[in-house]
Amino acid sequence: MNTSAYRTKSRRGQSVYAPGPGEENIESHTLAILVRNEPGVLARVIGLFSGRGYNIDSLSVAETDHAGHLSRITVVCSGTLAVIEQIKAQLERTVVVQEVKDLTVTGPYVDRELGLVRVVGQGEKRIEALQIAESFRARVVDSTLDSFIFEITGTAEKVNAFIDLMVPLGLAEVSRTGTAALARGGITERIKE
Amino acid sequence: MTPKNAPGLKTVEADKSKAAPAKKMTGAEIVLRALADQGVEVMFGYPGGAVLPIYDALFQQDKVRHVLCRHEQGAAHAAEGYARSTGKVGVILVTSGPGATNAVTGLTDALMDSIPLVCITGQVPTFLIGTDAFQEADTTGITRPCTKHNTLVKDVNDLAGAIHEAFHVARSGRPGPVLIDIPKDIQFAEGKYKEAADSMAHAYFPKTDPDMDAIEAAVELMAGAKKPVFYTGGGIINAGPAASKALRELAALTGFPVTSTLMGLGAYPASDKQWLGMLGMHGTFEANWAMHDCDVMINIGARFDDRITGRTDKFSPHSQKIHVDIDPSSINKNIRVDIPIVGDAGKALEAMIAVWKKRGFRADQEALSQWWKQIEKWRDKKCLAYQGSDSIIKPQYALERLRAHLAKDKRKQFISTEVGQHQMWAAQFLPFNDPNRWLTSGGLGTMGYGLPAAIGAQVAHPDALCIDVAGEASILMNIQEMSTAVQYRLPVKIFILNNQWMGMVRQWQELLHGERYSESYTDSLPDFVKLAEAYGGIGLRAETPAELDGVIEQMLKTDKVTIVDVRVDQRENCFPMIPSGKAHNEMILAPDASQFDKKLV
Ligand SMILES: Cc1ncc(C[n+]2csc(CCOP(=O)(O)OP(=O)(O)O)c2C)c(N)n1
Ligand SMILES: [Mg+2]
Repeated sequence: MNTSAYRTKSRRGQSVYAPGPGEENIESHTLAILVRNEPGVLARVIGLFSGRGYNIDSLSVAETDHAGHLSRITVVCSGTLAVIEQIKAQLERTVVVQEVKDLTVTGPYVDRELGLVRVVGQGEKRIEALQIAESFRARVVDSTLDSFIFEITGTAEKVNAFIDLMVPLGLAEVSRTGTAALARGGITERIKE
Repeated sequence: MTPKNAPGLKTVEADKSKAAPAKKMTGAEIVLRALADQGVEVMFGYPGGAVLPIYDALFQQDKVRHVLCRHEQGAAHAAEGYARSTGKVGVILVTSGPGATNAVTGLTDALMDSIPLVCITGQVPTFLIGTDAFQEADTTGITRPCTKHNTLVKDVNDLAGAIHEAFHVARSGRPGPVLIDIPKDIQFAEGKYKEAADSMAHAYFPKTDPDMDAIEAAVELMAGAKKPVFYTGGGIINAGPAASKALRELAALTGFPVTSTLMGLGAYPASDKQWLGMLGMHGTFEANWAMHDCDVMINIGARFDDRITGRTDKFSPHSQKIHVDIDPSSINKNIRVDIPIVGDAGKALEAMIAVWKKRGFRADQEALSQWWKQIEKWRDKKCLAYQGSDSIIKPQYALERLRAHLAKDKRKQFISTEVGQHQMWAAQFLPFNDPNRWLTSGGLGTMGYGLPAAIGAQVAHPDALCIDVAGEASILMNIQEMSTAVQYRLPVKIFILNNQWMGMVRQWQELLHGERYSESYTDSLPDFVKLAEAYGGIGLRAETPAELDGVIEQMLKTDKVTIVDVRVDQRENCFPMIPSGKAHNEMILAPDASQFDKKLV
């Protein structure tokens, strides 16, 4: 019988206990967490990250299934693979958490973030900002004689790139939603990994 | 109580004046009914303004008994002792604000040691929450990280469900403490009672059946092992007495050596020849070396805690590891393992036995006898040996004498401890042959745990012999529980190894901090004999080895709470010891201590 399937992947045929150099790589993972929508649940999830010293890069949360009292928290977190595995296991054992999906592992998935970006400037800079916005498909949602608010959606990288370009053109203020993400394809059920 | 609570009372009267439909109950009555339906016979608590309605309902029923402790921390540890010694869920009832914050240490302790507790806290009325009301604390906020689950009940119709669910969560999967915060107006309000069966909002059903393919793989690995060791932990105790039985059977079938963590003591009989003693920082030489040198490690219900592993990158470098744990987050957390098995320790052990038998496995006798020969060599080190004395009581000697007397006593015996050297010596020198008899604060290391825990055990087992092996510093942390023991006629014995020092702190200062004994000596200790008498208990003292036997005999006969002040050697250190951050094979024994590099911090 082939027992290897039940074994933790180990290097060099032997289990190795200290993290090897390969495991020190910091990875970023997008987790989709379905939680019961009850008071304190967000505090519980965030408290788990802060209490155990895990990094959250972005977070978005809202009720997504009113009848089922479910909310969806999308967390982008970073750490070594071992840390990411711990984060998932810690989330999964939390009583209010119904399901944890690591979209980075289960892939493919779509992720989007919305940013509101206020740029203040006049003349050439103002025109340049508009042109860049157009090429990023950012919409103007407010404008005055010397300012714009752009609405941009896309991956976090795209939003970052847009914001970077706005810095020399009079970037004044940014508000971002954090990443929302969904698995691609024809899955209708929520699948437990 | 206080004028600030008056609005709560008024609302209630207004509520009550409305004609209440039949079969409705007040929130307070719902609490008592739910507890009774959950089979609760006794709870531990302390009243206050925000729980008075529940205390009033308690007064008017006779199904659930209440033990009035003298401090909410004491109540929490007593509930832990009750839970650990019975396998049932322990229940605590405390008031809002300071009542809840006082219980926090006990909740954290229960979380770390996986003890099932349900803690009911009163809260200020819902309309005062958030106003910094008198005795308001954000109890669910404060206890979120130190409970397995908690909830604030804001609708009386949710109350029964919340309580039933709390019991379910507390005892399912990896057990732990669950807190329910009940505002005072909810206790007065009338609502519907819900049966336990209708109350599973979270569908919390952790996996307890092990994956059979993983079990097969594990048993194959065991069958081929040349230097195996069972590394067992508190998970076996939590899985119930059948799990301990299964461990014994599997150990007998395989002939493998067995060691255990502090929390797992008693799952395997200390009197057996396959027993290596406890492992870890103050574990035996043979247990730690067997862990270091083994080729197959079978971890059942332990969690690779840092007090066990020492330096992780040097932990058992040549072994393949099997890890059975009911909590998936324990697997690969500190130590990477080869065969993870998520499930109940008892079910996994039984499955292993079945596979071992079905496939007709036999251990590699040749290799095993070599391994046992090696283990005998480690045993020959006599790592627990100490320098005896005729004039001064060595703490180890006191425990050896206690052990001798316990061996002759026919009663069921429960031993609890405080935290420090005495705790480690108790683990090393007292024999634990049955599960659920050993009550100690392992994960949190809470001084002040032992006396209330012994009280909880004695409440559950009135005819048993309950002994708290204590240090003179720790015992003062919950000494007020003497009064509880007197009130309920609980003949708990407190066996203080009085070295006048926070011995464990002093030991670290001696070995690791250049012998600078900063604040570890306790001046002005009370006269423990008079203290016992002042509480209405019995006080005894032993100052020389010659007095010891007589005093222990007397202690075993008393029918009241008894403090035995055993004056022991002030300078004794607890060995063996793996200094933190060192590997198992770098452990030091008593004779090495003089050469130990004391500049190493
Ligand atoms: C509540 C709490 N505070 C502090 C500590 C740190 N600590 C661990 S052991 C110890 C000394 C205990 O002294 P004693 O009870 O006399 O036991 P001994 O080590 O002398 O046997 C201290 C202060 C602790 N474990 N718990
Ligand atoms: Mg002491």
